[in-house]
Amino acid sequence: MKTCLVVDDSSVVRKIARRILEEMDFEITEAEDGEQALEACKGAMPDAVLLDWNMPVMDGYEFLGNLRRLPGGDVPKVVFCTTENGMDHISRALHAGANEYIMKPFDRDIVTAKFQEVGLVALPEQSSI
Amino acid sequence: MTPPDYEYLRKLLKDHSGLDLSADKQYLIESRLLPLSRKCGLPGIGELVQKMKGGSSSIIAQVVEAMTTNETFFFRDKIPFEHFRDTIVPEMLKARAARKSIRIWCAAGSTGQEPYSLAMSLKEMGAALAGWRVEIIATDLSTEVLEKSKSGIYSQFEVQRGLPIQLLVKYFKQNGELWQINPELRAMVQHRQLNLLHDFSQLGAFDVVFCRNVLIYFDQDTKINIFGRLAKAMEGDGFLVLGAAETVVGLTDVFKPFPDKRGLYRPSGARAASPQGATSMPKIAAMAGR
Repeated sequence: MKTCLVVDDSSVVRKIARRILEEMDFEITEAEDGEQALEACKGAMPDAVLLDWNMPVMDGYEFLGNLRRLPGGDVPKVVFCTTENGMDHISRALHAGANEYIMKPFDRDIVTAKFQEVGLVALPEQSSI
Repeated sequence: MTPPDYEYLRKLLKDHSGLDLSADKQYLIESRLLPLSRKCGLPGIGELVQKMKGGSSSIIAQVVEAMTTNETFFFRDKIPFEHFRDTIVPEMLKARAARKSIRIWCAAGSTGQEPYSLAMSLKEMGAALAGWRVEIIATDLSTEVLEKSKSGIYSQFEVQRGLPIQLLVKYFKQNGELWQINPELRAMVQHRQLNLLHDFSQLGAFDVVFCRNVLIYFDQDTKINIFGRLAKAMEGDGFLVLGAAETVVGLTDVFKPFPDKRGLYRPSGARAASPQGATSMPKIAAMAGR
């Protein structure tokens, strides 16, 4: 089973993301800020990180920089999931090594599409309306 | 939109069209029905639902049509665009080396995601196509969706379905919550209003035709008729791309499947059994959204 670390300071967002990702067969761990997330990654590298930007203690952008410098830290696919919806933020995130970017608000279709985009979820055999 | 209104619309759409919306499709309903509400002179979806409950069958029909219009997104189904990049364009680069031009038709261009996905694919191939003239003609029955396609403006939801973030950054400009595709890519796509039931020979000959998820709305005779006319509108070594749920097999021999590439077909050289033209108008099985 693939693992996904959900990093967001909002417990509501973590809960919604967990529900969507569990239906996609991910095993979920949660972190409330970048520092907790970094500790979690040092313990066990996840396959994916769903990452908020604005959080107390350490924000998502700083976490991403730190993660990519860890041994094996280039492995997880990092998908930002944030209300920072400006082109400047998206460009910075990609430059820092993010693989995909979700602009909130999000729904199941967007999460599924973005995880397919980074190759973590297989494409459906056939699309529907 | 209130939860009871949402439930009402969900049930009505299921009963009238078979469209099965999951519980989190409020944005889809809002994006499709708010413009309809305004057109009907109503302030919002709540009032629209009131009219429907009052038994206005014309409003119900318009709601069903607005909602069942095929949802389209960038690089929909992925595989056809892999065929385009890995098979169709490389073959055409060889076959058209002398004239250095490729003509592509999106026969159900809708709101533009498909033609612009092809335009982006072509841009991504870069140097291989330098000096080539590539035409993309997008047609649709609805002038309204063509207007949207021309504008190249999409909502935040629309650009997050199927479009890799790198391509969003590269080819779109942000304007608040809306995203507009670059003028250079918009200029690659020409738009024409067209009903596939009518003669389309005036569009000329095409090397590549994308005709996805539109024939499903037609009955068998109509499909056969359209395939026959499509084959005539294509170069003998061209490519036809159909939707994932569509095929020519068992309907016509004017196209043959391309080996090992699902959804990809080439003209077979066989002549259509039915004569040219659509003078005897075949009936449409279901007009859902078309």
